[in-house]
Amino acid sequence: MRIVIAEDSVLLRAGLTRLLADAGEEVVGTVDNADDLLTVVERHQPDLAVVDVRMPPTHTDDGLRAALQIRARWPRIGILVLSQYVEETYASELLADDTSGLGYLLKDRIADVSEFLEAVRRVGAGGTALDPEVVAQLLARSRRRDPLDRLSPREREVLGLMAEGRSNAAIARELVVSEGAVEKHISNIFMKLDLPPTENDHRRVLAVLRWLES
Amino acid sequence: MSPPGGRPFPSWPWAGPALSVGPVIRDLLRPWREASTWWTLTHLLLDVAVGTVAFTVVFALLVTSVVLLLTFPLAIPVAWLLVVSARALAQLERSRVGALLGVAVDDPVPPLAARTAWARLAERLRSGARWREVAYHLLALPRGLLTSIVAGAAWCGSAALLLLPLYVSSLPGGSAKFGLFEVSQGPGAALAALVGLSGLAVAAPWITLGLGRLDVATARWLLGPRPDAELGERLSRLETSRAAALDSAEAERRRIERDLHDGAQQRLVALAMGLGAAKERLETNPEEGRQLVAEAHEEAKAALREIRDLVRGIHPVILEDRGLDAALSALVARTPVPVDLRVEVTERPPAAVESAAYFVVAEALTNVTRHAHATRAAVTIARTADRLVLEVRDDGVGGADPDRGTGLHGLRDRVTALGGTMHLISPPGGPTTLLVELPCGS
Repeated sequence: MRIVIAEDSVLLRAGLTRLLADAGEEVVGTVDNADDLLTVVERHQPDLAVVDVRMPPTHTDDGLRAALQIRARWPRIGILVLSQYVEETYASELLADDTSGLGYLLKDRIADVSEFLEAVRRVGAGGTALDPEVVAQLLARSRRRDPLDRLSPREREVLGLMAEGRSNAAIARELVVSEGAVEKHISNIFMKLDLPPTENDHRRVLAVLRWLES
Repeated sequence: MSPPGGRPFPSWPWAGPALSVGPVIRDLLRPWREASTWWTLTHLLLDVAVGTVAFTVVFALLVTSVVLLLTFPLAIPVAWLLVVSARALAQLERSRVGALLGVAVDDPVPPLAARTAWARLAERLRSGARWREVAYHLLALPRGLLTSIVAGAAWCGSAALLLLPLYVSSLPGGSAKFGLFEVSQGPGAALAALVGLSGLAVAAPWITLGLGRLDVATARWLLGPRPDAELGERLSRLETSRAAALDSAEAERRRIERDLHDGAQQRLVALAMGLGAAKERLETNPEEGRQLVAEAHEEAKAALREIRDLVRGIHPVILEDRGLDAALSALVARTPVPVDLRVEVTERPPAAVESAAYFVVAEALTNVTRHAHATRAAVTIARTADRLVLEVRDDGVGGADPDRGTGLHGLRDRVTALGGTMHLISPPGGPTTLLVELPCGS
């Protein structure tokens, strides 16, 4: 997979480059600010851009805004946004139209290398990776508490993992159950929350998020 | 400079075709046509009554408390009664001057800042503005006697002189004796009537207005703000808020130091130790070494988490980027107690105000979670033209006291530093309501 990295911390940029290269991915460009990111993405047309939220020039949400521009101009390019903090507000802005090929993770998650690489590959392949903390915020904030209360604890766990963008197989691995059990939980969840059943992983994420946000 | 050649010699006002006494007389009689004359007269006639009451009360309490100073404890309640009643009477006088004389006298007495009964009494006794009110009441009786008697005499005397011919003619002898004067029918009585008429028509109203000016001047002098005193009050308020700002910054620095020391620093020490041990062990016992590395990895992630929470607590980035609504939504989502959040802030307040509001809510919600044993909380923030008003309610056990516990105290300092106010209503048994108002003038 061809990847562009935008990160203003030298240490983290070098670390990420090495981590991805070691995993057999091809880092085609690294930049340290949001303006250069757009130029490099335009030139290389990578499969994935890994973008830090806080970057020069203004050190506020430059990375996020650049990500939205990439999304608008080259919808095919996957974007994985990394941040020191994850906030549901930013997630909603990123996921406004479509969740395919989008990721939003805490920088801390890089420390769990294999999970991070899995998220990178998922987003690069058009899937979704949403930080568990964002999902927790969404679940806590959801105004539709009553139907959520109808879910069993295990079903809530599955709903959270589903909202993060995990596939049935990944959820089964995480919870140490069979894929069949996961499918059963998911069909229960969709029934209890009146969600339209859907096969595609990222459409499933979208459905859950819309439901939580509404 | 007059132009060369000069103007024509100014015409003598009484000369020429313009000669007319009409305007002059109209001017002299002007007070009769104006309602303020009659309101002023009412005020002056009330002066002696109000003055007597105010003087008696204040003088008696002042003398009593001075005498009781010999037995200090007894003087305290009397002194308290003195400052409180002098204050109430002064408010009454301000409104009387406002209502009857039509002059608004601003109240220069600052609201009490102290919280204990003792400190409040001391603050009252130290306030120059309050002592000037006492002086006003002491002056009220002599001034009231002067104004009421002079005004009464001017009106009644003039009326009596005007009616004198009638009186004299009704007497059997046709003449009356007043001390050295003897007035009989004819020119004497007519002269008296003329004097009485002019007194009633011109002198009494003008005397009334003049005495009214005197009352206004006294009230402004002793009840109103002094130009320099006003500045002094503002300066002392600023000094208080500045000290509060410094205190809260200092307390905040200590908290950060403590959090870093107890949290992330300890974790990093443990991490370094764990990695050191793992390095040794990897040679001899690779399995155990791997286990130690895995533990160190967990330790490192925990340190990251702690530093992230700490940094977010110092300065929430989302507040700066997206404002109060987004920042508070995130805060509420992290609060274990269900919180009903309403934010009605369309125009963003200044950064300092936004940040103070955020931390007030954050601290309040921390208290709700830790101490209140609440099952629900509600946060409401609304912005009016020049203020940000916020309210945090919970259905917990109540009994919160800002004088104990550094969290609430620090909040009050932070709010005071911005010129805002904070009220906490938390009876034992609950519920607790925290009300904060922050000015957000540009």
